[in-house]
Amino acid sequence: MSTARPDVTGIEAPVYLHYHFTAGTAPARFLVRLREGLLSGQRCPRCAKVYIPARGSCPACGVPTTEEVLLPDRGTVQSFTIVHIPIPGNPIEPPYVVANIVLDGANISFIHLLSDCVNEAVRIGQRVEAVWRPPEEWDYAMDNIRHFRPLDEPDVPVERIGTLPVSGPAVPR
Amino acid sequence: MRDIAVVAFSQSACVADIGAVNEVELIMPQLQAVYAQVGLSSAQDVDFVCSGSCDYLQGAAFAFVAGVDALGAVPPLKESHVEMDAAWALYEAVLKIRTGHADSALLYGFGKSSPGELPAVLSQRLDPYYLAPLWLDTVSLAALQARMLLDSGSITESDMAAVVSRSRQNAQANPLAQLAGDIGVAALLQDDYLLAPLRRGDCAPVSDGAAAMIIATVEQARRWGVPYARLTGIDQRIESHNPCMRDLTDSVSTRQAAAAAGVHEAALDVAEIYAPFSHQEIILTRALGLDEAIAVNPSGGVLAGNLMMASGLARVGEVFQRIVNGDARRGVAHATSGPCLQHNLVAVLEGA
Amino acid sequence: MAEWAAVVGIGQTRYKTRRSDVSIAGLLREAVDRALADAGVGFDDIDAVVIGKAPDMFEGVIMPESYLADALGASGKPMLRVHTAGSVGGSTAIVAASHVQSGTFKRVLTVTYEKQSESNAMWALSTPQPFSVHLNAGAGGYFAPIIREYIRRANAPEGVGIRVAVKDRRHGARNPLAHLQLPDITEQEVRDSMMLWDPLRFLEACPSSDGACAMVIAAADSISGNKPPAWIRGVAMRSEPTMYAGRDEVSPQAGRDCATDVYAQAGITDPRRDFDCAEVYVPFSWYEPMWLENLGFASPGEGWKLTLDGATSLDDGGDIPWNCSGGVLSSNPIGASGMIRFAEAARQVRGDAGAHQVENARLALGHAYGGGAQFFSMWVVGADKN
Repeated sequence: MSTARPDVTGIEAPVYLHYHFTAGTAPARFLVRLREGLLSGQRCPRCAKVYIPARGSCPACGVPTTEEVLLPDRGTVQSFTIVHIPIPGNPIEPPYVVANIVLDGANISFIHLLSDCVNEAVRIGQRVEAVWRPPEEWDYAMDNIRHFRPLDEPDVPVERIGTLPVSGPAVPR
Repeated sequence: MRDIAVVAFSQSACVADIGAVNEVELIMPQLQAVYAQVGLSSAQDVDFVCSGSCDYLQGAAFAFVAGVDALGAVPPLKESHVEMDAAWALYEAVLKIRTGHADSALLYGFGKSSPGELPAVLSQRLDPYYLAPLWLDTVSLAALQARMLLDSGSITESDMAAVVSRSRQNAQANPLAQLAGDIGVAALLQDDYLLAPLRRGDCAPVSDGAAAMIIATVEQARRWGVPYARLTGIDQRIESHNPCMRDLTDSVSTRQAAAAAGVHEAALDVAEIYAPFSHQEIILTRALGLDEAIAVNPSGGVLAGNLMMASGLARVGEVFQRIVNGDARRGVAHATSGPCLQHNLVAVLEGA
Repeated sequence: MAEWAAVVGIGQTRYKTRRSDVSIAGLLREAVDRALADAGVGFDDIDAVVIGKAPDMFEGVIMPESYLADALGASGKPMLRVHTAGSVGGSTAIVAASHVQSGTFKRVLTVTYEKQSESNAMWALSTPQPFSVHLNAGAGGYFAPIIREYIRRANAPEGVGIRVAVKDRRHGARNPLAHLQLPDITEQEVRDSMMLWDPLRFLEACPSSDGACAMVIAAADSISGNKPPAWIRGVAMRSEPTMYAGRDEVSPQAGRDCATDVYAQAGITDPRRDFDCAEVYVPFSWYEPMWLENLGFASPGEGWKLTLDGATSLDDGGDIPWNCSGGVLSSNPIGASGMIRFAEAARQVRGDAGAHQVENARLALGHAYGGGAQFFSMWVVGADKN
């Protein structure tokens, strides 16, 4: 050994695996409806709670769900966070609000972007509605809703969040 | 030690691609089936739940978390998970019952391999520094093993084809099998090699599906008033990972597990062996010390249908069903994991 | 009915961002060799090996027990791989204990690890799926709204999280194995650190660490080593779905039920009074007051008062110190983090916790949680059997 070489402490071993992902029967139904500009959930036959997006079972009861429930695109902020963390390549400019939103008629929240608002004024119980992309951009994806924005309605009392009835027709925007 | 019984088993039909069905939709019918066999209404009626699955089959982290949505875990359940075949979930549950912390357990395994290319996916199970970067897939490794057996003179290609022929013929009586038919050794040997010396028929198919089982103490089984088979022994052993560091023509860990599970303490009349490749069934039959009189893989075994992460549990289920149906009195079930039979589990079941 | 089991050996690596000087197996062996030495035994004395870690995608090694069997001396022995999300370190310890408590084995080696630096864990957790939007919010983005709801519900003052962040880092500075060594950290520093997921700041979140933790668990007739055993007085696990209608995400029922179960086994009636200390999985500062309530150390809405009163601080002489090792806020090799809690609880009752020892600790709680705060595992260890 004439010259000392640095120790090899690691090697690059990239892993490429290809998958053909399938969502499942119930999520596929949800995505097809989204393509039509509609928000579709499922009602549990045992506890009658409405789940969106549904996975084909009621997680609380462990029974299959099949009954479709179309929901309006307005709801209530269950909770939220303001994201400041800079992530390289993130198309969304921080700070932005990520909210847990419960649609009227649903009993479960999902996470979405809350925009067209003053971040500091966002609050639990705030009323919001969906802002859709133009129909020609719709795909089988939750991104069809660009974001949610505040509605000029009174806040919902905290104990009633997640229990509101369907507030209006479910119609493509 | 407490006497433990298998009281219910169900598995889905083995299909190559189940299509647009997610984990929950895969598992739930099997859970409903085992509940019905015992007369339970849900997982709330057992003391412990344990499952087996592998994230990489579906290509998403935390695949098992979605599985919990099939259970109805409200109120919360005593629940655990192994990133292994569900036969090892059975092993964990047996220990749990022996501690006295549970009298009964629900087990399930599920796998949806169709979204990915299974042999390539499983190549990433090998030593990440020396073997995985070679993309040495599971079929190639098995082919190396088969070649060693053939060259040692201890088997012939006809012996391998005979295993396949018997699997297909037995599978004709198994409505859940993926591959079944009346095909002879000569016809099988006509096929081209897939990866010499392995032909397509020598390799287990890849199947999507799930299996579920309920076990309990014998006292609990009697209280439930259902037919049961006693699980009189269970043991599992691993051996060296590196295929160059062990004798691939034998399965030492199977011998160890079989001895510890008491396989030969009484006569056997059935064996269900998890051999994903035809030559491995021969290795395992020898390691388990099974003689000609014992029916090996009457279901067709995994060469006729292979539910990844559930096939091992299904072998136990097959023996259970034969015992409670009166077709067998005492049987052995085997599960394997890892490249070239690295890790093996052996269970012994007897009539009540 | 269960046989008595005890922790007789504990081994941990130093926790740090990158351990590029060792392989995955080498990392585990560091912890394992120390645990075996602590127990005064060798591989030949071990009957079975139980291994745990978080998702395989964190390192890109599928079902790594296959590869690790040789390095862990498992050849010819039973081996099991547990995976229950973030609670896995705790669950693995419990499954290992069941090997002994069932009367099946005399002495079991258990080890958990994460070597996140060898892959990209952020990627592993963010394979996009079409039915949810891809918001790049990470784990903090999931837990921050739940914390916000806690603050509203408990009417907690703004600085509680900051207090926890400082307390656990000062504890961590007593522990030479801790990843973050910040002995001089101040509340102002935490307050000035970058807001990541409002209300969580950078210094209120856990680091990402490489590391491993191992234990030897033995039956009552197989106690070894020069240190006293830590007797396992109770074990419990609970799981609930990630989301269901009406789920209390702030104080999950699975956590409450798990605590009730493990306390009943160990004869705990008042956890704040009965325990001498606790090692509880707190990856984000606010989870201390939240778990104080969930685990019954404080009444609902009162947890933050214990934190502000210094009750959980070793430095302030609190009556119920939490996370004397520095906790997850000081070291977070995900798959091992739960077992570290369990092992650190055992170190305390063995009187072997060094500079972060709680004086005369006789009874301690180890706690872990995972997923969307839906998987829980806990154990109670004591210097005495009862």
